[in-house]
Amino acid sequence: MSRLTASWHKRAETLPWARAAGPTWLQIAAVVSIVGGVLAVTVVGLAIEESNSFIVYLAVVSAAVIALQLSGLGRWISETFTSHSRIAAVAGVAAAVAFPFTQGGSGYWVRVFASIGVFAVAALGLNVVVGLAGLLDLGYVAFFGVGAYTGALLGGARLGTIDVQLPFPAVVLIGGAVAAGVGVIIGAPTLRLRGDYLAIVTLGFGEIFRITVNNWTGLTRGPNGVAGIPDLVVGPFDFGERHELFGISLAGFTNYYFLEIVLLLGAILVFTRMDQSRIGRAWVAIREDETAAEAMGINTTRLKLLAFAIGAAMAGVAGTVNSHVTSQVSPDSYTFIESILLVAAVVLGGMGTVPGALLGSTLLFVIPEKLRAFQQSRLLLFGIALILIMRFRPQGLIPSRRRTRELQADDPSGGDGLGAPRAGPVPVE
Amino acid sequence: MTVATAVDTRLDARPVLQASGVIKRFGGLTAVGGVDFSVLEGEIVGLIGPNGAGKTTFFNCLTGLEVPDEGRITYRGKALPRRPHAVTKAGLARTFQNIRLFPDMTALENVLVGRHCRTRAGVLEAVTRMGRFRREERESLSRARELLSFVGLPSSGDWLARNLPYGDQRRLEVARALATEPGLLLLDEPTAGMNPHETAGVMALVRRIREQGLPVVVIEHDMRFIFGLCDRVVVLVQGKVLTEGAPAEVQANPAVVEAYLGKPA
Repeated sequence: MSRLTASWHKRAETLPWARAAGPTWLQIAAVVSIVGGVLAVTVVGLAIEESNSFIVYLAVVSAAVIALQLSGLGRWISETFTSHSRIAAVAGVAAAVAFPFTQGGSGYWVRVFASIGVFAVAALGLNVVVGLAGLLDLGYVAFFGVGAYTGALLGGARLGTIDVQLPFPAVVLIGGAVAAGVGVIIGAPTLRLRGDYLAIVTLGFGEIFRITVNNWTGLTRGPNGVAGIPDLVVGPFDFGERHELFGISLAGFTNYYFLEIVLLLGAILVFTRMDQSRIGRAWVAIREDETAAEAMGINTTRLKLLAFAIGAAMAGVAGTVNSHVTSQVSPDSYTFIESILLVAAVVLGGMGTVPGALLGSTLLFVIPEKLRAFQQSRLLLFGIALILIMRFRPQGLIPSRRRTRELQADDPSGGDGLGAPRAGPVPVE
Repeated sequence: MTVATAVDTRLDARPVLQASGVIKRFGGLTAVGGVDFSVLEGEIVGLIGPNGAGKTTFFNCLTGLEVPDEGRITYRGKALPRRPHAVTKAGLARTFQNIRLFPDMTALENVLVGRHCRTRAGVLEAVTRMGRFRREERESLSRARELLSFVGLPSSGDWLARNLPYGDQRRLEVARALATEPGLLLLDEPTAGMNPHETAGVMALVRRIREQGLPVVVIEHDMRFIFGLCDRVVVLVQGKVLTEGAPAEVQANPAVVEAYLGKPA
């Protein structure tokens, strides 16, 4: 199978459309129509009520994507998107904003996608920790929980334990800061561990969080959770109400959906800019070879802590907002399986990339939602899908630029004139 | 182009690096048993010895990867810090015996990582792209390109380090070390596994580095390299300095031949 794809890749190289080519207007038109097409495919797919039909639809769409990939067009598309990334970004945001208007006033899928937005922000945060710095964190959902509880307790929950209601922006900042603080507290003693050991210890800390929240009834009301978190009201705008826009009535959740888009854009901005900075390079260097990174002048302890803190802060912010969306928080939302889902989203989508984390979170949310009929075997199917992807596409669905290059690059001294010339005149003994 | 920006150009009688009585034990094994070692300004010092003589362990003691059990190491008059990253920041840069590049980063990115300890932009500056961020990135980038050209890899910047040919990987390690603006460069077997042609290329590179005024310490097994390049050679045998001196003296010393080949029967 992999040999087959390899030979196809080789053939695809020689096809005329293998590289980003064609007039600029055509490329831009292609980017815009592909983004529009993705929106259309999503909307049509979501409208399919019946599970079996949805599976058939999913299979057809997957087959089409694989066919595109094999024909070499997939390569052209990814090159085109890379060279017109700004236009692609604008088109993507436009499609995301347009989505609620396709739902005919129904809030169901808008609500699911608002949750995906939250999940994606957390996945991007985890992507800093796992994808960039290479620190496997299996208790990551704890930071999400810290943010959620901060949001619930400071956001004026009816059934809370602290009688305050701070303004929303303040709550978001505090939620992010508290989560970052917890990240540093957990990270300081554990980050001297590497690889599997770190994974096990973070797993332990995740459980400690859940159990603490379950038992600290004075603050968290234990297993009952904190309920009655009010809808956000910023100025005269109540996020819980229906609003009319362009004559289309939008469900209450649409407001949160738009808030999530803004939040997600912020997270994407933070992620990409960190990635393309000296700090991002240092993280990747630590992932690649920690000893060499340290020997090259990188304070690895400090940078690993920073990765933990920034990842935790992103999860914390996502959690804070989510507590208002769900209107209640309880310990059973922050179990080990949630951490695993987040890691799966990052690995499935492609480590270290923004589109990967977005696609991973979307698939992990939408597919279970659609396969409700298979409640019993859902996790089994999910596991099989993960195994298949790891077998046939270990780099993730949307691999990072660095990993793509690894798969494309040939030997640079391969006689194609790309080889590095030797330095200066070589003295002969 | 200048390589050594951290070097004090005034003539200085004090040694650049001074190590005295360095001892490193691993359990019952004494890997380095009381080594005195010094490097003067502008010198190329060769460190040779049979396998297991403790050369790399001694390097690790110098660069903070190992903490010596005893002994004192000073760099330009100051005691060396403990952590490896602090040692690098103080001005000692090294390459590794087994190449330790960042394989999934491009050649250019590898060199840029070396710039980390000479730049300072923080999280806020990285996210907002304000303050010193843009200036630093621009400077680091042009510096990294210069260094790639300097070591002879001007057009390899976009290649992943893992995909470079072996000899180029060694050169890239040198460029990465130079990017930290060292005042002393430590090379651990820079020509290991190279053919004579490639070895000659690296010799030329080390000479050009010295011409910039940067002192170099080099561990090597290639005697043509050592005797053709070094101003002074230190022979390490079983963790102790057997002898040191000009290459010709060392080469003529029967004890050195004996250490490598054993006593004639």
